Amino acid sequence: MDGDHALAEGALAAGCRFFAGYPITPSTETAERFAERCPEVGGLFIQMEDEIASITANVGAVWGGQKVMTVTSGPGFSLMMETFGLACMMETPMVVADVQRTGPSTGLPTLTAQQDMMQVRWGSHGDYRIIALVPDSPQECFDLTIEAFNLAEIYRVPVFIMTDETVGHMHEKVVIPPAEDIRIVERNWYMGPKEDYRPYDFNGRTAAPMVKAGDGYRFHTTGLTHDERGYPALTPDMNKQVVTHLIEKIESNADKIIRTEEDGIQGADVVVVSYGISSRIAIRAIQQARNAGIKVGMLRLITVWPFCETKIRNLARNVKAIVVPELNYGQVVLEIERCAAGQCRVISVNSCGGAVHDPEEILAAIKEGANQ
Amino acid sequence: MKGAEPAPEYSTDDKAFREQNPMAEFLRMERMPHIWCPGCGIGTVVTCFVEAIKASGYDRDKIAVVSGIGCSGRVAGYVKFDSFHTTHGRAIPFATGLKLANPELKVVVISGDGDLASIGGNHLIHAARRNMDLMVICINNFTYGMTGGQVTPTTPTTANASTTPHGNYETPFSLPFLADASGATFVARWTALHAHNMTQTFGKALKHRGFAFIEVIAPCTTLYQRRNKLGDGLDAMDYYKENADIQHGADTRSVGISFQGDIALGKFVERQKPTFLDAVNDHYMKVLGDSYQLYGKTTAELQKEAEERARLSASKEAEILECGADD
Amino acid sequence: MSFGKLKKAYGRITINPNWCKGCGFCVEYCPTDALEMSNAYNAKGYHPPRVKNADECRDCKFCEKVCPEFAIFVTTDQR
Repeated sequence: MDGDHALAEGALAAGCRFFAGYPITPSTETAERFAERCPEVGGLFIQMEDEIASITANVGAVWGGQKVMTVTSGPGFSLMMETFGLACMMETPMVVADVQRTGPSTGLPTLTAQQDMMQVRWGSHGDYRIIALVPDSPQECFDLTIEAFNLAEIYRVPVFIMTDETVGHMHEKVVIPPAEDIRIVERNWYMGPKEDYRPYDFNGRTAAPMVKAGDGYRFHTTGLTHDERGYPALTPDMNKQVVTHLIEKIESNADKIIRTEEDGIQGADVVVVSYGISSRIAIRAIQQARNAGIKVGMLRLITVWPFCETKIRNLARNVKAIVVPELNYGQVVLEIERCAAGQCRVISVNSCGGAVHDPEEILAAIKEGANQ
Repeated sequence: MKGAEPAPEYSTDDKAFREQNPMAEFLRMERMPHIWCPGCGIGTVVTCFVEAIKASGYDRDKIAVVSGIGCSGRVAGYVKFDSFHTTHGRAIPFATGLKLANPELKVVVISGDGDLASIGGNHLIHAARRNMDLMVICINNFTYGMTGGQVTPTTPTTANASTTPHGNYETPFSLPFLADASGATFVARWTALHAHNMTQTFGKALKHRGFAFIEVIAPCTTLYQRRNKLGDGLDAMDYYKENADIQHGADTRSVGISFQGDIALGKFVERQKPTFLDAVNDHYMKVLGDSYQLYGKTTAELQKEAEERARLSASKEAEILECGADD
Repeated sequence: MSFGKLKKAYGRITINPNWCKGCGFCVEYCPTDALEMSNAYNAKGYHPPRVKNADECRDCKFCEKVCPEFAIFVTTDQR
């Protein structure tokens, strides 16, 4: 199964039964798979008129009680940006996969990239936080989609799967475990008395329970700055409460959210920090470097946002250099430089997209880092 | 109150007035008074909508109101239903998702001409094309009120707007024609003055299965009226009174509005066509048979619903033929 | 058809002068001319309407529907 199909299967396994989408290369296969599977499993697929309509229909469907997902790539991802802000503001749990392709603009539609890593974090206007996971294989496309749904339900936030064309179109074995072995977090439905229901609770740690339209709560929600009843409350004080909550509910739980994979970091002189397809290319470079006697470790970011700041800070104190290969002109490396704060060298192995790295480029950077 | 003793009909106790108001169960009275200007027609449309729901006996827990951005976008915040104030132009796709996720809801979009016909124009025509089971009330005041009186796709040619300071040189949309041509199965137009007719039409649209589009021409006193030296809200209402012409069943090609020209009113279109969801269900039941389900419903259950629908639709068809346009 | 046995309807008008913005729709379009603008000012400086002739109200509720402020309503008077 390829990565795109695994995304659709992961969504179905997580209980997603609604998908409003719009075709765009190289993510279309996910929508196609969902459209094919929907009628057999009690779900609904609708191809909307554009990406803006797709993502907005998904937000609407969440408030109608469904678990939802959509998938897109570069230009479509840009079109969805405004509604991601709405989803964050309304604290709407949902999953969006971005099968990254090369930009800017129409760029190289069929070729791989990791160029939307900063856009996913900052792309909608205003301050907010999202969660972004990066799979490195079709199996992880399946697994992380389920995890993304769970995180979305826990924190009432859009969760992004930032895969790329290579992983999306890569065919590998995907093990789909029996349903009873899959951990699924169901929506935290409100159970108390109707008159006491508040759609929001700005406590900065947890998300308030949800209800769905039609259950008799007759609630209101808005993209405007609002109070806990969901009513517009247009004051700087209220905005401070809302924004602080949107950020803190993710930041204060970052330790629980962040997942990384490490190998040989203890005693390493150089550590390669990478994610997604770049981390698979890096493995070869790391093996070659180890064969050449260099002490090199690997840190793979499975969760890119929120960022594993403490981990990078500690790493920077103990290594000579951090090497960061990514399929963009240097995006996540900026965050690593910020956390390293000059305590070690940070070497960016960037690319303008279109093709994965040559392991030699990464090897050269590892050698450069080790020789200082 | 200054200058006179309170008259006996006055209720100066806001709390008591909120509670006694016959709309108390349908409006978020704790949020009143609202933000709209003196003489604005939006409040009138909201009252008529609420009256229509009251008269219809619809379970108000099953009604959801979705608005976009702008003055009319604030409607969602004042009605006591499940209500959603979304982003600019996106009320219809949001409502589409809401309806499809929970098909037992009656989803009503209430928004303005700029929101629905300009930035949301693409969504409007596609929801109409799909015959999405939504009721859309477009409050058309010929201008962007919230942002200060700019030109919209419905501003009549020659009318003044802040971004066409020497008069509008573009050709406006005729919204009933646009909705009809796009496939809407219920199309009507009233003005804010025609409160009784509007209420009746809202009632019919609530019962209609499919995409219902009702345009309501309403005064924007602060911007459209003032910029065009057309007087206040009462002058707008007088214009509606003088120039309105009720033409039920009129060909929507003929109902365009010129600057201070005649306004054709009435229910222009009512026809039966499968809604998006009916089409999905019917198609899949046909091609997939018993293996098809939607949100856990078995084919047998869906089949039963389809038969009930066919029965209702046949009686509705007869009703349309019988009464014609009767507002 | 005989209208002789039909009873005249009466309505009782309640106005919230605090919410009124003085647009005058209710006064202008009352079909029985039961309302008039008062000379009084509310806190915002608008003239709210007042009932000129309570007996003329036929409970049609047009003022209630056309009022953009939700500031006037009519209850049926069972006299």
